Amino acid sequence: MIIADKEITVEDIRKMLSEVVDPEIPVVTIADLGILRDVRKEEGKFIVILTPTYSGCPATDMITLSVIKKLRDNKIENFHVVTQLSPAWTTDWMTDECKAKLKRFGIAPPEGSSATEVLEKKHPRCPHCHSMDTILVTAFGTTACKALFKCNDCREPFEYFKCH
Amino acid sequence: MEDKNIYEYTLMLADSSLIMGQRLSEWTGHGPILELDIAITNIALDEIGQARLLYQFAAELKNKQEPGSKATEDTIAFLRDAWDFKNLQISELPNGDWGQSVLKIFFLAHWQRQMYGKLIYSPIKNLSDVAEKALKEVTYHVRWSSDWVRRLGDGTEESRGRMQKALEYLWPYTQEFFEPEGYEWDGIFENAGEDFFENMKAGWNKEVSLVLTEASLTLPESHTYMRKGGKKGLHTEHLGHLLAEMQFLQRAYPGCEW
Ligand SMILES: [Zn+2]
Repeated sequence: MIIADKEITVEDIRKMLSEVVDPEIPVVTIADLGILRDVRKEEGKFIVILTPTYSGCPATDMITLSVIKKLRDNKIENFHVVTQLSPAWTTDWMTDECKAKLKRFGIAPPEGSSATEVLEKKHPRCPHCHSMDTILVTAFGTTACKALFKCNDCREPFEYFKCH
Repeated sequence: MEDKNIYEYTLMLADSSLIMGQRLSEWTGHGPILELDIAITNIALDEIGQARLLYQFAAELKNKQEPGSKATEDTIAFLRDAWDFKNLQISELPNGDWGQSVLKIFFLAHWQRQMYGKLIYSPIKNLSDVAEKALKEVTYHVRWSSDWVRRLGDGTEESRGRMQKALEYLWPYTQEFFEPEGYEWDGIFENAGEDFFENMKAGWNKEVSLVLTEASLTLPESHTYMRKGGKKGLHTEHLGHLLAEMQFLQRAYPGCEW
């Protein structure tokens, strides 16, 4: 069977890469999270722009590798992955779909804006029973992007994806 | 010449973060409770992450200045000796007890917040980009450590006594925070006048004193002997020991990867 040689577009690449998931929260993709900032074509080369969530996030290198692997698996070689720090990543870029996926996974999604959050006064909705009667256990969770809360109604602990 | 200043300034920031991160990571597995263990190691991770971004830029500068030097973030972190390090001395000091460790984070994070708060306006894009990213992280460290300083200072007699002792031990090391070295001026900040560092210092003093007062702690007498020199490579006895452990693998097995 012969497949017509169709020129690969920026849109194809974007679609391909939006399947790459976050290694620590595999229910959401790097596009959902806003880590995949842009795909462009410059002088015949695809430029993929990624941004790290936190400076020290160990998933960052892993994500870059997954992106490279995804492109190579699709027989794409003419690309360049660029890490861009500014504008700094913020949870404000998270899509609504991403927030819904996090909630289904048992992680309370960020509420409100990154600029004004005071974690100590926050009572994010419990992702298990939807109660608002929740309390901060610790400001740092199992990864840099999360804090640990517990629910006073269903008594379950849960992670909250911090506004950042 | 200007590039050399930028290089040294970048190292001063990066070294302060790396050494702080390395020191705090000693808490891993030893925190008072699991949640705090995780918190302090997360802070260590942020510091090391910021250091990496800065070293990557420093390596770029070095390779431009001395073509063929093949500098990378790793060679800069692992193959320099103590006298080449420009970190603030406070970052290399031993952790001590929990109170001393959170107070150290408190002082350093407040310094970083002042510094990065100005650096986001730097004409050097690599530095302003890192500053923008780091500012969000250190603001979080400021909040977290301020909480602990208040809680322990305004706590039991035992916790207050220990915090006061930690304050007296650490305070002399805060003097060098806002005493600029030659390399901190040229080209890094735009329109930095005579009072530039004075203003930063005043901002730092105001924020820090407010929390210390809330924590019912007393600032040491003003005639206390103040330490300095970290920014030009003068260090306490503690840095060499820290580096011996941190650099061992790369020195014994050059280029080794996990
Ligand atoms: Zn609940």
